[in-house]
Amino acid sequence: MHAIETKDVSFSYEGGGFRIAHLDLTVEEGEFLAVLGHNGSGKSTLARLLNGILVPDSGTIRVFGTPLDDQHLYEVRKQVGVVFQNPDNQTVASIVEDDVAFGAENVGLPREEIAKRVEFALGAVGMLGLRNAVVSRLSGGQKQRVAIAGVLALKPRVMILDESTAMLDPRGRREIVEVVKKLNREEKITVILITHFMEEALLADRAVVMNRGEIALTDTPAGIFARHEELLTYNLALPRIGVIAKKLTEGGLRVRDTLDPEQLAEDIARSVRR
Amino acid sequence: MKDVAFGQYYPVNSFVHRCDPRLKLFFLVAFIAAIFVANNFWALGACAAVLIAVVALSRVPLGKVLRAIRGVLILVIFSAVISVFFYSGETVYWKYGILCVTREGIFFSVFLIIRLFLLVICSSMLTYTTTPVALTDGIESIFHVHVLALIMSIALRFIPILMDETERIKNAQKARGADFESGNIFKRIKAIVPILIPLILSAFRRADELGDAMDARCYMGGKKRTKYKKLTFSWRDLVAFLTAAALVTGVALLRVYVGGM
Repeated sequence: MHAIETKDVSFSYEGGGFRIAHLDLTVEEGEFLAVLGHNGSGKSTLARLLNGILVPDSGTIRVFGTPLDDQHLYEVRKQVGVVFQNPDNQTVASIVEDDVAFGAENVGLPREEIAKRVEFALGAVGMLGLRNAVVSRLSGGQKQRVAIAGVLALKPRVMILDESTAMLDPRGRREIVEVVKKLNREEKITVILITHFMEEALLADRAVVMNRGEIALTDTPAGIFARHEELLTYNLALPRIGVIAKKLTEGGLRVRDTLDPEQLAEDIARSVRR
Repeated sequence: MKDVAFGQYYPVNSFVHRCDPRLKLFFLVAFIAAIFVANNFWALGACAAVLIAVVALSRVPLGKVLRAIRGVLILVIFSAVISVFFYSGETVYWKYGILCVTREGIFFSVFLIIRLFLLVICSSMLTYTTTPVALTDGIESIFHVHVLALIMSIALRFIPILMDETERIKNAQKARGADFESGNIFKRIKAIVPILIPLILSAFRRADELGDAMDARCYMGGKKRTKYKKLTFSWRDLVAFLTAAALVTGVALLRVYVGGM
């Protein structure tokens, strides 16, 4: 069964043009999918469509076979968690564990179950030691881990990260990416990572590039990065390591197209020695 | 500044801190009733003794407790002076026009001072030992309203965020040459407008995003909601309840059998 399946989904904001146009996207269970795209490409709109915050003008969305409609809205929302961009705008409580409990409280779980889930969620993001900490005193990465835990407390099968690393420093970004990778591997949570940091897409099984509300490219991350020129037309910049490899090739050094610094170093060493 | 969310809360673990917030509210109401029913020094002494015990049990430093008085000191002295000079009584010590100092007047104002001090200390003990969220949880549970605690929780969560934001906007406007420090009062008030407008816009944007995030976490109003932290009464609350009940009864009995001074 597909984790997520959209068929011919279109959506436009009032007065604006199409934000999502005739989108067909299938995400398999357990998959780690990266969604790339420049600002305004429709990638954040996609995140809001997939758990019913926005309603498509036409087309259907199915989550594990359940259609996303008024009747099944909360059923789907329990399965599809979204972590948003700004860590400060998604916490409702001042204390870490109170915020993590919020989602589980909303769906009316018994207290013992909520306690269990808070424990599990905080453990999964490595924040058990800070369960009684004050949210406003945490670092950006820690706040975003709390937000992930808040989503995990609902035991979702799909987790969407809508530019959740965009406002973090490199260290915070690494923290989040590691946690997400772990959740995908160990908890078998299907991950949709929406980002404009192309390095992050490297961790994914598959990457799609969005442009003007459509899917422009679908490939493995490495396959996508190999198409330098095409990416530029979608206003996406290559990771620096990719640019270096490209320039070296242009300068006559024989190196492979790669995003792995180790591999690049090896290639450079080999061709220089020769 | 980031501790605003906790108001005056003094974070230690004590008997008083661990009492149920509902019971603390009840205790405060009972205590205020006792203060005003008390009409002789025996009864007022009993109230003071109970409050001293509460302060001692709470492990809140005495300096902090007394600081609560400082805020109302002028008000208390003012009302005491007024009542000394205007209270009419039988044993007149001094008289000038409508002003007079009587034995009863002096007693009354000493009473007034003690009453007000007890009142202020007891209410600040509530805020020293209870977080605002626990307090609204208590109120919510007494009056069966559902959104109150959530509103309180979100408001407290966003106070430090919006304060940071204000600072940021202020610096940004200063960098563009805005002047907040000079000029008369009207000029200064006018200077606040360029801070206020971006702040309000940003607050709305944040509210919008928070709404989406709450939706995404299955928020659907208060009906089905359960609570992670449930308020439960314990033996501490029984002790506090019995103390409050004994105090009110004792003070009432003293009023009937001993009478006023």
